[in-house]
Amino acid sequence: MPSLTVPPGAPPILQSLTVPPGAPPILQSLAVTLERMLVRILVLLYLAGAPALAQTLCQPNASNGYRVRISIKTALGNQAYEWNENEMFLFRATMAFAMRRYYKTETYNVDNIIVCNQTRRVSFWFVVISPENPTMLIPKADVEKAVSMSRHRINNAFLLTDRTLEFLGIYPTLAEPVNPDTPPWLIVFGVVIGAVFAGIIALLVSSLLQKRRKEKGMMEDGQDEEDRQMKGVENGINLDGIYNRGFTDDDRFTKL
Amino acid sequence: MPEEGMEDSKGGEERPKWNNKAEYLLTCIGFAVGVGNVWRFPYLCQIYGGGAFLIPYLIALVFQGLPLLYLELAIGQRLRMGSIGVWNSISPYLGGVGVASMLVSFCVSLFYNTIVAWVLWYLFNSFQEPLPWSQCPLNHNNTGYVEECVESTPVNYFWYRQTLNITPNMETSGSLQWWMVVSLATAWSIVYICFVRGIETIGKAVYVTATFPYLVLTIFLVRALTLPGAYEGLIYLFTPDWEILKNPQVWLDAATQIFFSLSVAFGGLISFSSYNSQKNNCEKDAVLVGVINSATSIYASIPIFAILGFKAHTNYVTCLNGNILALTNEFDISDMNITVENYEQWFDSLNGTHPSRVSDLKLKTCDLQTFLDQSASGTGLAFIVFTEAVISMPGSQVWAVLFFIMLFSLGLSSMFGNLEGILTPLHDLKLVPKWMPNELFTAIICLLLFLMALIFCLGSGNYWLEIFNSYVGSVPFLIIAFFEIIAVAYIYGIGRFSDDLEFMTGHRPNIFWKVCWLVISPLMLFVVLVAYVAVQAQTPPTYAAWNPDYVNFPNTEVLPYPDWVFAICVLLSSVPVISIPLVAIYRLICCMSGRHSKDSLHNNPNPYANEDYVVELLL
Repeated sequence: MPSLTVPPGAPPILQSLTVPPGAPPILQSLAVTLERMLVRILVLLYLAGAPALAQTLCQPNASNGYRVRISIKTALGNQAYEWNENEMFLFRATMAFAMRRYYKTETYNVDNIIVCNQTRRVSFWFVVISPENPTMLIPKADVEKAVSMSRHRINNAFLLTDRTLEFLGIYPTLAEPVNPDTPPWLIVFGVVIGAVFAGIIALLVSSLLQKRRKEKGMMEDGQDEEDRQMKGVENGINLDGIYNRGFTDDDRFTKL
Repeated sequence: MPEEGMEDSKGGEERPKWNNKAEYLLTCIGFAVGVGNVWRFPYLCQIYGGGAFLIPYLIALVFQGLPLLYLELAIGQRLRMGSIGVWNSISPYLGGVGVASMLVSFCVSLFYNTIVAWVLWYLFNSFQEPLPWSQCPLNHNNTGYVEECVESTPVNYFWYRQTLNITPNMETSGSLQWWMVVSLATAWSIVYICFVRGIETIGKAVYVTATFPYLVLTIFLVRALTLPGAYEGLIYLFTPDWEILKNPQVWLDAATQIFFSLSVAFGGLISFSSYNSQKNNCEKDAVLVGVINSATSIYASIPIFAILGFKAHTNYVTCLNGNILALTNEFDISDMNITVENYEQWFDSLNGTHPSRVSDLKLKTCDLQTFLDQSASGTGLAFIVFTEAVISMPGSQVWAVLFFIMLFSLGLSSMFGNLEGILTPLHDLKLVPKWMPNELFTAIICLLLFLMALIFCLGSGNYWLEIFNSYVGSVPFLIIAFFEIIAVAYIYGIGRFSDDLEFMTGHRPNIFWKVCWLVISPLMLFVVLVAYVAVQAQTPPTYAAWNPDYVNFPNTEVLPYPDWVFAICVLLSSVPVISIPLVAIYRLICCMSGRHSKDSLHNNPNPYANEDYVVELLL
């Protein structure tokens, strides 16, 4: 007796379609075709209904969905690529990767990321459904954490940045400022002040040496110096005293 | 000029002299060309109708600037002394002019080197990637940017908070900012090393400090002209608005600008020319220095305004891009469909179809003219406007370093003149003890100036600097210059002066110079002085304070000066100048009491009072 294997998740009506063993062969073959048709219809319905079901899950302003805005031309200019279905597929795959990374499981798949409301801008909404339960959406907070964790990888997959691949509502973490141990300006200052002080000391020392040499030179011809002073005001410099007009050269008179 | 009255050289020690003419000229040019040529003149050009401003400027140069310059260089060269000695020689009653010059140079050195210290601070900070004024720092718990920075701009924040750490008003003095003290110490050390051996080392230093700015300006010129928006900036700068010439304020500002730009009345030029040999053609020197100074101002304004035009263009494009992004996001238009070029059409069409949504976006009005009008002068230009422009230029670090080294050279070469105006008179007054070597004396003066300038390193330091700049660096100079020209033209006598000039240059001054010295320049100076004081008296004594708690922050809060501060302002303006009448009265009293005045120049030696002849009674 051919027994149709009824899929385990099938509705009870199908399960009740098992033909009793004593039925005539015509009835049995009729039941078989009927079951096959039903299964196909159900499968078709399921396949058609799943997106419809998913569509109801993904809506603009959905409570657990995020809006994504992509500006490829702003980021890449001449080397911008076209946004098409393949890129969308990459996006969904990247999001699945992010979910896997966050939950540390391998159950997430491209099918778990549902996208809707795509515009020319390029912007769209997406939601993440749980792999175990297709009707259940992953809560917003978890999606945010997953995205934040893998933000760098997601950006790089599309050659974009935090500013050109925006998840509206998820703020990019601020870049850690580079804090070197010594502020760079202190290094420059140290170099400059070291050079200046070295220069000052060098100049002072050389001035000192020059003066010493001059003094030694002066001591050697110190005799000439004395003679010059004795001769008095030769070159117009008043070394000391005031020119005494009252003193005339009175050789004829008796000396005092 | 009586032979006995002239002191050709000091007893025992030869007066230092320049190694060659080039050093002397470069020093004078370096002194005259300062930071004001770069950050004051372009601003004046812009607000006073561009090309039209050149007319009052050049008239003031020819009829006021050049005669004063020639006069100072000539008397310094002839009398071979610093400012105090020179004015004592011309007339003992006017010795106060020299003292006033020295005091004013002292006060100006204090705050001018603080500006140099700020430039050094920015220079040290330009060796970083990214530039520290290009982004806001994070706040304590790394959740966001510092609020003060977000409300104003990163450039403003770096200047007011991280450089000055400015207090909200003048009453709050704040504490000494150690990084500022460090920069100030560096500035004074560099000034000292250039002054260590007097004009010997200055002469070497000016080969670099006087020529480097021209090199940098040329580099900036070439770079700036290739930037977008440069031509708009230049057109905006030079488009003449002839109507502005009817405004007397323009003429006043042109005269004061020329006057302060040439650095006359500091005493520095007199000192520099006193180291010359007497047979030097100071007429040519004066004309050369004056013309080069003005030419530098005009030349500097070209790259400055090209870069300001670029900055305005960048701001305009950023403003437009913000609007474009808002429109693109709101109406989900394809990325980069709205561009700067077709923004107007898109805006009109969108506004026509969805006016309410467009108005909800609160788009900013972006007008290039408004951005071009945002100009600044002084420290605002260098440390806020220009640094912002530099961020947008590719290779920012290089341009920042070049710019600040240029400002540093300009400031340093002007400091040479300022300090010379203090040191030479002190040497000539023989106030230096004989045992003290020159190097030590210079070090003591530099240390003293450094310690006094620490007041500008306080939190409220910038407010004090503005006070010094407005009250010391303005009216006293006009008064000193007025007395200088009256002293030489009328008290010394134009005839005697012409004889001296003939001795020095080989020909008598022509009618133009004589008319200027006798009539035009004193008249112009007097008018400018009176008008300036009148304008200052009308402006209420207020200052702009940076107060983060102010309601309209980031606009600066306009506060009135406290009474004690205003008293200090008045003191600063009057104390240097009060020495002129004080010394005159002192000399008068000495003369009237019939005693020997210390100044033996105009005393006829008494033939019967023989102090040299000592009677030794040998009993």
